[in-house]
Amino acid sequence: MEQALAVLHKDIVAEFRTRHAVNSLIMFGVTTLVAVSFAMGPFGLSSHVLAALLWIILFFSAMAGLSRSFVKEEETGTIMALKSSADPTMVLLGKMMFNLILLAALEIVIVPLFFVMMDTWPSAPTRFFAVLLLGSLGLSAVSTAVAAIVSKAGSKGALFSVLAFPVLLPLLLSSISGTASALEGASPVWPELRLIVGYSGILITASFMLFEYIWEQ
Amino acid sequence: MLLRATGLCKRYRTLLVFDRVDLEVGRGQCLVITGANGSGKSTLLKILAGLLLPTSGQVEMEIDGRSLTAAQRRRLTGWVSPELTLYDELSARENLSFFARVRGVTLDVRTLDSTLSRLGLTQRADDPLSTYSSGMKQRVKYGFAIMHRPPFLFLDEPGTTMDESGARLLADIIDEQKRHGLVVLATNDREETAYGDRRLRLDGTGTGRPA
Repeated sequence: MEQALAVLHKDIVAEFRTRHAVNSLIMFGVTTLVAVSFAMGPFGLSSHVLAALLWIILFFSAMAGLSRSFVKEEETGTIMALKSSADPTMVLLGKMMFNLILLAALEIVIVPLFFVMMDTWPSAPTRFFAVLLLGSLGLSAVSTAVAAIVSKAGSKGALFSVLAFPVLLPLLLSSISGTASALEGASPVWPELRLIVGYSGILITASFMLFEYIWEQ
Repeated sequence: MLLRATGLCKRYRTLLVFDRVDLEVGRGQCLVITGANGSGKSTLLKILAGLLLPTSGQVEMEIDGRSLTAAQRRRLTGWVSPELTLYDELSARENLSFFARVRGVTLDVRTLDSTLSRLGLTQRADDPLSTYSSGMKQRVKYGFAIMHRPPFLFLDEPGTTMDESGARLLADIIDEQKRHGLVVLATNDREETAYGDRRLRLDGTGTGRPA
């Protein structure tokens, strides 16, 4: 665990000094949110549409920034130094934690702005934030694993979105459905939460099982 | 302590880099690998260091007759290469501390300071690597490779970009390494080949022969 925390600390320090990933994530998120609110704001949207818009913004912002964690190591050549010294599973865990923090930073900016600009507030805030937290956990974990796979490929950006989208689709649909229920406050979100936790758990476990093989290739 | 490779072959699709390479290096020895550009010296070194899988053949690292696992190899190996890049955003001190932590090595402040002093980097230890010259970056790479006193040290063109004091530092590192471990050195530099007590020449035709 100490090794994973070392990777996390290194990534936070490096990101704090360059702000490449956090800037692209937040800029993309804010720009999309502003565009959406100006285009759709006056129409009094249903909770399902609002939930879909929120997760579309979060998903595409994540696509814009979360692949940086591994792609940057590959592009700058530091991956060889990591490979020669670090345990692969600890690297993956450290990068997952870093991406979760990055996504949380994005959400701290985007979600309150979303409430203000779309003039909405969840009827069941606890359920809303539970779905947001668990959905983000799954989103960041899966994005990290996919980033590791595509980091060696030529057209990393396009490949990252193309590969991540089908893998993340069940998670995304459950998160949208759960968020819509929490915004309405009418129906419980347990079925969605169970699906998010189960699906994320399977993907995270598979990532850890396969990562050593990906890392060695 | 032993490093043994048997029947090593590396092929990229149709390109044969080398084939049937056998070698054995023991404690206190320095094996020098020579060969023309493209003969596979760096590739062989990466395979020996466990950073690349061979197409066929085996590499064994032993200490006290026991083979090392992949995790043990990472802790007990040091590697310097032109392909090695450290973090430009971090200082030399932060880079060395980070790699000590991920290796699971305890590196106290005094040890870190003495390593930086030995590398001649004390004055600039807290500056980011992006402000370093290529020779200074090479010195940090030496620190990366030796700070955990690995028994197995792999050096690929280690004298690149080094000045006179850097060359003396390299000689000192190799001498010390031979006292507690072994060295594999890939180079074509005449002065550096003199460090070796065993030699292997990759002749570019796909085979490796003792020189």
